[in-house]
Amino acid sequence: MNLEAIIFYFFSAITIVAAIGVITVKNSVQAVLCLVLTFFSAAALWLLLEAEFLAITLVLVYVGAVMVLFLFVVMMLDVDFAAMKQGFAKHLPLGILVGAGLFGAIYWVIRFEVFGSDKVAEPAKHTQDYSNVEELGRLLYSEYFYPFEIAGVILLVAIIAAISLTFRGRRDRKGQSVREQHQVLKEERLKIVSMKSEKIDSGDDS
Amino acid sequence: MSLTHYLIVGAILFAISVVGIVVNRKNVITLLMCIELMLLAVNTNFIAFSRYLDDATGQIFVFFILTVAAAEAAIGLAILVVLFRTHRNIEIDKLEELKG
Repeated sequence: MNLEAIIFYFFSAITIVAAIGVITVKNSVQAVLCLVLTFFSAAALWLLLEAEFLAITLVLVYVGAVMVLFLFVVMMLDVDFAAMKQGFAKHLPLGILVGAGLFGAIYWVIRFEVFGSDKVAEPAKHTQDYSNVEELGRLLYSEYFYPFEIAGVILLVAIIAAISLTFRGRRDRKGQSVREQHQVLKEERLKIVSMKSEKIDSGDDS
Repeated sequence: MSLTHYLIVGAILFAISVVGIVVNRKNVITLLMCIELMLLAVNTNFIAFSRYLDDATGQIFVFFILTVAAAEAAIGLAILVVLFRTHRNIEIDKLEELKG
């Protein structure tokens, strides 16, 4: 067994055990921490597949931002998470049945006779001067530039949606209502008063 | 390590997350985490194929999936917080206002 196989089996074992922990532990905070462990070991697997940029992105963006957001929400909510585990044992046989069936079906498609090492040979390892970031950047900013911009718009929409959903400030504060400003009539704002014109005394000028 | 090894890891992760969705029907947070696990399994498959076909397009796809997943998690958690503020609990069984 060479070093690559040892690393692969080590990190995939951690990934799978931590993933099982995510769905079985009672405490939701521990479940989130198990998910963090899953992401870390999956990032190690991605490094083994020479996807360095995405592995680092997974740790920085996913673990550093999304999972911390999860932790914040789980800790803020005052919910009895243990009580929510009721029905776990009841649904477990059905769950294992569904999971085993699904895995069997997927395995039948990806079995060693179809994608094994004699069918799909592993390509040569990249040399030392290969830059994964450079290759991804070249693709992203040329061929996939339009999808890249759409991804930016999606993130903007997510920001606006999250803020407007959870906004708790005063909704009755003073502000401009453009709609009402446009619908205003002349009579409401302008009052013409008829009065006698007066003669201005300009005596002290001369 | 052949391609099948990595695909099997992805398949096991996907099956575990489906089991999690079937088993934890009450807890919305666990459901969201299972969806994140599913996306991780899919991303692992994408990267494995990208490596063995020697084509970086698969990694670009993972990049976009990560973007959408981050947006989904942010909005999902915002909805969850609003739900908790109005109902004081987040059990799925108790959400039956729309029942006709």
